[in-house]
Amino acid sequence: MTKGNAVPRPLEARKASPLIVSLSAVFLGIAAGCIFILCIGKNPFTGFERILFGALSNTRRIGNTLGMSTQLILIGLSVAFAFRTGLFNIGASGQMLIGGITGSILAFYLPMAMPRILYIPLVTLSAMAAGALWGLISGFLKAKFNVHEVVSTIMLNWIAYWMVYDFIPRFIVDPTISVKSKPIEAVHTLRADWLTSLTGFSTLNYGFLFAIAMCFIISFILRKTTLGFNLKAVGANRFCAEYAGIKVERSIMVSMAIAGALAGLAGLTYYCGYSNIMEMGKMPNEGFDGIAVALLGNCSPAGIFFSAIFFGILKMGRGSLAATGIPTEIADTIIATIIYFTATNVILASFWNRIFRSSFAGKEECARAAIAAEGKDIPFESLTKAEFREYAKKGRALQKGKEAE
Amino acid sequence: MLGIRKEFPGIVANDDITLQVEEGEIHAILGENGAGKSTLMSILFGLYHADRGIIRVRGREAHIRNPNDAYDLGIGMVHQHFQLVHNFTVAENIIMGKEGGFVYDIRKASRKIKEISERYGLSIEPDMVIEDITVGMQQRVEILKMLYRDADILIFDEPTAVLTPQEIDELMGIMRNLAAEGKSIILITHKLDEIKAVASKCTIIRRGRLIGTVDVASTSAEEMAAAMVGRPVSFRVDKKPSVPGSPVLEIEDLSVMSSRKVLGVKHFSLTIRSGEIIGLAGVDGNGQTELVEAITGLRRAESGTIRFRGKDITELSIAERNDMGLGHIPEDRQKRGLILSGSLASNMVIKAFTKEPFSSHGLLDYPEIRKYAEGIAEKFDVRSGEGIDSLAGKLSGGNQQKAIIGREITADPDLLIAVQPTRGLDVGAIEFIHRQLVDERDRGKAILLVSFELDEIFNLSDRIAVISGGELMDIVDTSDTDEHAVGLMMAGIRRGDAV
Repeated sequence: MTKGNAVPRPLEARKASPLIVSLSAVFLGIAAGCIFILCIGKNPFTGFERILFGALSNTRRIGNTLGMSTQLILIGLSVAFAFRTGLFNIGASGQMLIGGITGSILAFYLPMAMPRILYIPLVTLSAMAAGALWGLISGFLKAKFNVHEVVSTIMLNWIAYWMVYDFIPRFIVDPTISVKSKPIEAVHTLRADWLTSLTGFSTLNYGFLFAIAMCFIISFILRKTTLGFNLKAVGANRFCAEYAGIKVERSIMVSMAIAGALAGLAGLTYYCGYSNIMEMGKMPNEGFDGIAVALLGNCSPAGIFFSAIFFGILKMGRGSLAATGIPTEIADTIIATIIYFTATNVILASFWNRIFRSSFAGKEECARAAIAAEGKDIPFESLTKAEFREYAKKGRALQKGKEAE
Repeated sequence: MLGIRKEFPGIVANDDITLQVEEGEIHAILGENGAGKSTLMSILFGLYHADRGIIRVRGREAHIRNPNDAYDLGIGMVHQHFQLVHNFTVAENIIMGKEGGFVYDIRKASRKIKEISERYGLSIEPDMVIEDITVGMQQRVEILKMLYRDADILIFDEPTAVLTPQEIDELMGIMRNLAAEGKSIILITHKLDEIKAVASKCTIIRRGRLIGTVDVASTSAEEMAAAMVGRPVSFRVDKKPSVPGSPVLEIEDLSVMSSRKVLGVKHFSLTIRSGEIIGLAGVDGNGQTELVEAITGLRRAESGTIRFRGKDITELSIAERNDMGLGHIPEDRQKRGLILSGSLASNMVIKAFTKEPFSSHGLLDYPEIRKYAEGIAEKFDVRSGEGIDSLAGKLSGGNQQKAIIGREITADPDLLIAVQPTRGLDVGAIEFIHRQLVDERDRGKAILLVSFELDEIFNLSDRIAVISGGELMDIVDTSDTDEHAVGLMMAGIRRGDAV
């Protein structure tokens, strides 16, 4: 028990944790997927077996799945970071494009002879800086002119989209196919020979390691630093933050810049690692999938890591569905259903709370019976958790004994 | 109402409460905050349903499912927060929901309103627009609304919280008139002098339980207070005469814009010295908020200067002012004072987390933060479910306020601005907070107390400044004045003006 005038609380039923809520959303999404597959007259088990096969059956596939998850982790972190600080970053797609185009142009123009040890940090930081700038614009508009970030980030998505549309033919066009950029030379991608050969020539690249590092860094910032404290305070109650002397406007800008930097890095890993070209006229879907990743992961870095891998499996595995006659859109349907159930987490939480309460009431009854049977007069409120469990068990045994008679 | 019981998850709000009100009687319900007064009235008004117990109106058992049922039974309620449409006229507000058919006859309604108004001495004109009339008049519109619906059981929920002393007197008169006409009045309050003034019976509730119903005339205020709190209480704060020192805060010719883009504070000048408590008396919404926000830096000053310990702080940031030794107990403790979704510990360092010893080189030092927060919780008796790890939003209002006051006092400011520091708190917590403020004064701090409760102002202040319409009416020594004189100034009448 913590100090500081804690009033001892009577025992009570446990509460639904975010983990259990997220897992139930996943379970319900998969169950819904099963029903859909049944509806079209196929066997759901072959369907899920195929998805797992497509995503995880050999090292190359595992590598590809992780390669796909890389972007989702970073975008999930970007959305979650903004979310934790009270902002809704719906502009991860645009920040991704900006990060990607920055990386692609640098990959094209920087000398091939440049050592990797210099090249990789340079493009990484540049892409992050470009993404940060893109996020900062939204933050600035919000802080100074109270333009809602949902509006400004969506508009900036399209500005980024058309900028990329312009920059590809202007700077990095592939002379043979004019709607794409020229593939980046292998030494200028984020791919690493050891990762590629380890995973049988998959798309896995340094980006995955960056993503893992970012999970730790973001978690550290949010939990241990004054910066994180500052940003969370503004997100939780900007009036109180203002009263306490925190510079709210500056915090909003910093927060959006960090979110943008993460999305910019995601763009780099996507366009210069996972893939090596950029196409004109394509808004990356990952920017929106990242919102789902963040929601399912309860906006915590660890949760985001696992939910991104889960979504990665669905996205990579769905290709293998085609052979079974099950439409690949089933995977997207499952994702959509999971998002739906995650968004209605209040209902799921209250469902679990009700179950916990009734199970607790049952145990309480058993425990009281056991205490009475022993002829003791212990006030129920004074029991510790362990004692309570002990008595509940005894009471259950008593009940069973009676039923047997 | 017989044997009423109402449970909310985890709490019994009303436990076997019986309330009997007779015709033509003013019956007070007295209880601390959270005692269950409002729950009981909400059951009577059909907003909640009792788990047990029965309600009888004029001898017949009644099932009140919603407020419309209550109106049909002749039960009406004046809520603490008025339910009026501001740009509608009095008549339009009153007939709302009772238009009767597709085409309504506003003139007929107006005639009836006028008739009722004259009969009970409410002096309300039906075609006045709500936003143009005073708060006291708005309240009378609420009363008219009930009477228009032929209510004869009238519930008043803390009706005097927003009124000046003179308006309170008028309201008391109206209540007596209504009772004389045979209406039954239920008055919910925690102010004993009001009960003494108008009520004949008083039902006391403590922690959801009925303590008893007493005859007001034969029971002293002290006895009622003790019954409400469960122990004897003292109303007076013991304090020595003040020993004022050098000026701490000097406000000169300050004007501040309000959110409605008009001058909320006009050419205001005030000096507060160390070792004294200045009470700023005034009716809510007369520029207090703007004045405090300008001093603390939350709002820009339009003109004039604010000097703190001799230094001009008019253009300084909030953080700079905080660092110079300015403490602020904000008016809205849940909006400004605390991050409700944050732990008590993090709330205790919300102003200081960037400083040693709570952090160094940008990294938070949790052990130090916890130690500090535990110290505050200990010293200021902040009670919570999980100690300093409790979410601030899970604390009761009194404990939230004690936490804020603990945070501000522990930071050891030279000037402490306390805005409504005891609003909505029970007698025990009020006593504690008043003691803390006086102790701070005795330690040589300057205190600006902003309160809408004249009792509080008179109890604590060494000098009283009165604000009305954003202007300083006068500054008087507490010993040289009385509630009547201050009340007149609160209504905008200066000393010496012809009344």
